[in-house]
Amino acid sequence: MAAGVATWLPFARAAAVGWLPLAQQPLPPAPGVKASRGDEVLVVNVSGRRFETWKNTLDRYPDTLLGSSEKEFFYDADSGEYFFDRDPDMFRHVLNFYRTGRLHCPRQECIQAFDEELAFYGLVPELVGDCCLEEYRDRKKENAERLAEDEEAEQAGDGPSLPAGSSLRQQLWRAFENPHTSTAALVFYYVTGFFIAVSVIANVVETIPCRGPARRPPREQPCGERFPLAFFCMDTACVLIFTGEYLLRLFAAPSRCRFLRSVMSLIDVVAILPYYIGLLVPKNEDVSGAFVTLRVFRVFRIFKFSRHSQGLRILGYTLKSCASELGFLLFSLTMAIIIFATVMFYAEKGTNKTNFTSIPAAFWYTIVTMTTLGYGDMVPSTIAGKIFGSICSLSGVLVIALPVPVIVSNFSRIYHQNQRADKRRAQQKVRLARIRLAKSGTTNAFLQYKQNGGLEDSSRGEEQALCVRNRSAFEQQHHHLLHCLEKTTCHEFTDELTFSEALGAVSLGGRTSRSTSVSSQPVGPGSLLSSCCPRRAKRRAIRLANSTASVSHGSMQELDTLAGLQRSPAPQSRSSLNAKPHDSLDLNCDSRDFVAAIISIPTPPANTPDESQPSSPGGGGSGASSTLRNSSLGTPCLLPETVKISSL
Amino acid sequence: MNLEGLEMVAVLVVLALFVKVLEQFGLFEPVSLEDSVEDEFELSTVCHRPEGLEQLQEQTKFTRKELQVLYRGFKNECPSGIVNEENFKQIYSQFFPQGDSSTYATFLFNAFDTNHDGSVSFEDFVAGLSVILRGTTDDRLNWAFNLYDLNKDGCITKEEMLDIMKSIYDMMGKYTYPALREEAPREHVESFFQKMDRNKDGVVTIEEFIESCQKDENIMRSMQLFDNVI
Repeated sequence: MAAGVATWLPFARAAAVGWLPLAQQPLPPAPGVKASRGDEVLVVNVSGRRFETWKNTLDRYPDTLLGSSEKEFFYDADSGEYFFDRDPDMFRHVLNFYRTGRLHCPRQECIQAFDEELAFYGLVPELVGDCCLEEYRDRKKENAERLAEDEEAEQAGDGPSLPAGSSLRQQLWRAFENPHTSTAALVFYYVTGFFIAVSVIANVVETIPCRGPARRPPREQPCGERFPLAFFCMDTACVLIFTGEYLLRLFAAPSRCRFLRSVMSLIDVVAILPYYIGLLVPKNEDVSGAFVTLRVFRVFRIFKFSRHSQGLRILGYTLKSCASELGFLLFSLTMAIIIFATVMFYAEKGTNKTNFTSIPAAFWYTIVTMTTLGYGDMVPSTIAGKIFGSICSLSGVLVIALPVPVIVSNFSRIYHQNQRADKRRAQQKVRLARIRLAKSGTTNAFLQYKQNGGLEDSSRGEEQALCVRNRSAFEQQHHHLLHCLEKTTCHEFTDELTFSEALGAVSLGGRTSRSTSVSSQPVGPGSLLSSCCPRRAKRRAIRLANSTASVSHGSMQELDTLAGLQRSPAPQSRSSLNAKPHDSLDLNCDSRDFVAAIISIPTPPANTPDESQPSSPGGGGSGASSTLRNSSLGTPCLLPETVKISSL
Repeated sequence: MNLEGLEMVAVLVVLALFVKVLEQFGLFEPVSLEDSVEDEFELSTVCHRPEGLEQLQEQTKFTRKELQVLYRGFKNECPSGIVNEENFKQIYSQFFPQGDSSTYATFLFNAFDTNHDGSVSFEDFVAGLSVILRGTTDDRLNWAFNLYDLNKDGCITKEEMLDIMKSIYDMMGKYTYPALREEAPREHVESFFQKMDRNKDGVVTIEEFIESCQKDENIMRSMQLFDNVI
């Protein structure tokens, strides 16, 4: 539970006075608190340094070492203090957590040592306060990375171990993704790299004009046309290798759909498709234009290098993440271009033989001027044109030069921020999940307490289960409070599973209604009074009907506990050290009540035991219960026998 | 030279830029904006100190030691000495993780905040606890009536009771056995009024309330649950 809740418990219990007049059943008696409520000062001796604190302070967090009975292991009876052989400087932070509710992280200590202390005292690292959380996480991550790097360096020497028995497909995929795993993969990697380079160079070289030997007209031809066969063979070889690689990757990919949609595979396809299209399309004049355009796409082979280069991948990623900044730059540039082009066009309109024939024609002048290129192929000749032209070039300097550093710093900022934000989001989910888990831990504790027969009359004190007896004062009182709420509203707390089960069973209707008596009301609008008690017997029937475990000792209680424990194992927490749940499965729990429950179900399914039907209380109980059930339409849930049965 | 329209515009633009540049150098003084007054950083260091221990001992029925323990806990949680409604709701919600206890916590807050100043100080807190935990049965019933009577007009109407009932059922949350139906609070309110409203006038006054509760032995028996709280 969160900070200082124990302090407020008396207040919450006092506030239950608001439920008192509304309760339709009598509220359960308050638990007798064993220890005196007086506060005492405890002395905690950590390696010689004495810390003194109120007992209440330590009791605030019953899930930790100091808050639970685990600290009794460290109690030194001779000196009357709790002795811990740990670092006293770190203990200061731990104790301050109890006092203030916030765990601070010491700046000058090693984060590993701090973690170890936290683990010893039973504090989860999630408790680190918000003020220190960021730094704690960063330092921890740094540490982890450093350790991981050391480990990797060690491992790389040994050579990676391939999991035995993995299929050819998995081996192949692994070889593709990590070329360093085996020599064959490395060879393949370098071969493909070589062929990519060869292909790109061939594309470039085939356009260079090489002077042919003395032909009739000594004209210059691009090399591609001079040695068509050679280039064609080279192209074919490269494309064959690329196609083979692509098909192998497709075969080895664990998820083919995802692979097909990935960027790299698209690049591969675009790189090799022009060749095949070129093969299929016949060489006539009409389509050769389009065919030539297709050859341009061959240059995309150069992007295949990104598999070989980490830097290229990072660049691509950062460009993608900076897209908005670039987009804005482009947009503002476009605006400026349009404005200045329009102005220049109208300024130069009067001149004859002017280059500014239209506004789009003026775009070229504006761009060239704004980027300070100044080719000089278009110059204004009027005065207005020159004035606006100079304003254009000055503003161009500003517009272009200013955003560039901003974009550069944006790159690094956005890159790091993205990474950090994703991690924080993932951690937030984990934190929320843990908080929810802690919350459900509380309710689980209460539900388990109910299952272990804690709600019975405490007059039969000696026979109560050990788990029920050994709860801390805080737990007793908190459970009592929740029990009061249940009695006030005539509903019980359950967990999700039981709730959905009950809904399902109720909607089925058939089986349970057969096995319960006529007094069980349907789920529809019925009076609250009659519906709350017979439902309890119905719940037993549902549980019995659903459970498949064979009943050995014949206690319904045990059955429920078994079923409950199977479904929702309560987290073994320190506060349950105060209770020992394993004892609960014994027949310490009184058998009187649930026998009555067994009997109250007229036609139990075949699983019920028949050895645990004692004679006298059973007979009396059954008589009373059957009359009760048949007449419970009108009686309120206040009769003691009903209370007895329904207190299960 | 004859200045045509566009040239005139060009010249005007140049002049405007010139003026702006001179402004920058401070030679022209345009209208200066009023300095926006920086909002003083409101330090909420309102610190409330309770009255002395002896006075509290007189006013409440707690012993000195009990008051000390209570105050230490209170001060640790609220160093400023007062609890506001948000904190109150948050504290109360920690006891009922399954449901939503914020509405009921609001009602409780209004009941504890006797002087209606929006915050519960230690004196309010301890006064309320003293009535509930150390008071007579009548005191407790009075306090409960005060809690239910939302507008403090001396009688509980069905709407008020329905609000209270809904807030209590909200605390149970979704996963209950049997499943919570929509009409459950309303039915509960009906049965409550049946029991309490003697003259059947649709409201429950304090006399009717106390009388009916005293006749109900279950309620009387349940009063013992306050015996061991502190």
